[in-house]
Amino acid sequence: MSRESGIGNRDSGNGSADGWVAGAKPATATSGVVENPFFEYLLRLADDRLVLGHRLSEWCGHAPILEEDIALANIALDLIGQASLLLKLAGEVEGKGRSEDTLAYFRDAIEFRNAQLVELPNGDFAATIIRQFLFDAWDVLVLERLTAASNQSLAGIAAKALKEAKYHLRHTAEWVRMLGDGTAESHARAQRALDDLWPYSAELFLSDAIDAEAVASGSGVDVESLRARWRQTVDRVLGEATLTVPKDGFAPRGGRTGRHTEHLGRMLADMQSLARAHPGAAW
Amino acid sequence: MTTDTVSATGGAGRAAETQWDLWEVFTQEGEGAPHEHAGSVHATTAEHAMQNARDVYARRGKVVSLWVVPTGAIIASAPSDAGPLFDPGNDKAYRHPQFYKTPRGVRGL
Repeated sequence: MSRESGIGNRDSGNGSADGWVAGAKPATATSGVVENPFFEYLLRLADDRLVLGHRLSEWCGHAPILEEDIALANIALDLIGQASLLLKLAGEVEGKGRSEDTLAYFRDAIEFRNAQLVELPNGDFAATIIRQFLFDAWDVLVLERLTAASNQSLAGIAAKALKEAKYHLRHTAEWVRMLGDGTAESHARAQRALDDLWPYSAELFLSDAIDAEAVASGSGVDVESLRARWRQTVDRVLGEATLTVPKDGFAPRGGRTGRHTEHLGRMLADMQSLARAHPGAAW
Repeated sequence: MTTDTVSATGGAGRAAETQWDLWEVFTQEGEGAPHEHAGSVHATTAEHAMQNARDVYARRGKVVSLWVVPTGAIIASAPSDAGPLFDPGNDKAYRHPQFYKTPRGVRGL
């Protein structure tokens, strides 16, 4: 990831009237008012996976070595599979007849609810691995909690996804160690990626009224409570990798309410072009 | 190679300096089944080899166990040894179980 290209619009979502004020009523960039908070909550879970899965799939045929090419494609397929299940459930919860494909391919960037971390361009291999590691360490904790969700469909999806996520974390943690504790160049690239991406990890631990409602209904995760355990994992692995944990500071946010970096729109243009050119096509 | 036994690649890591070491992968497809050679992967460490083996050879099948072995640790017979090593077994019929008739009343063979 070159610094010149930039990895995100750092000014995005830095307003105070973006729905993150404690006690504010749930609002999104698209609708202003949320009719169905659990639908919104499921979109947040699904879109993280859909967007990150698509980003990883961009490595297919380009990874540094054949084995890693297959490994990244595997993780991409796992994430897209999880997104498909979650979007299907979201469509049912919404009750307006939207299928998982409709939700994946016929929403615009402003309707996506993923954290900004996962939509950032892949950068170099170190940036892809660091982004994935920061996400995986969080994802395992989230899915562990969701296996006990009161919504049985969601609990089932989480149980399946948790097995996959544990392997993802094992794989990316190993790579963080290899890159950080590798050559001078791999260390420098890993540290630079970590410094660039660290601010975006903060959004994973933000919650608003939509999250609170899901938690209250027994089908959500209080992400803020996961932060200490996440830091344990992350600090340990980064320590073994001889990488320096960046200081917490300015943190971009807004993805959960539809405020995204300029990168998501371009990615969706690519991801959705086929489905939009041939609506309803089957193969 | 002129030695009687040869290491399968001449030693892990010697193939090319820019390549990671080669590891052989063995997969087991059920409890009690033998571990069978599935192929090979490149990797830097044992854990890395295990992960690559999982991703390349165990993601679709019904694999229940994986072994990874540094290719250099495998001692292979040389093609020129095929005669001395394997031919003598074929000309002595009594070495094959089919040579012997099963006595009546024996079950479970």
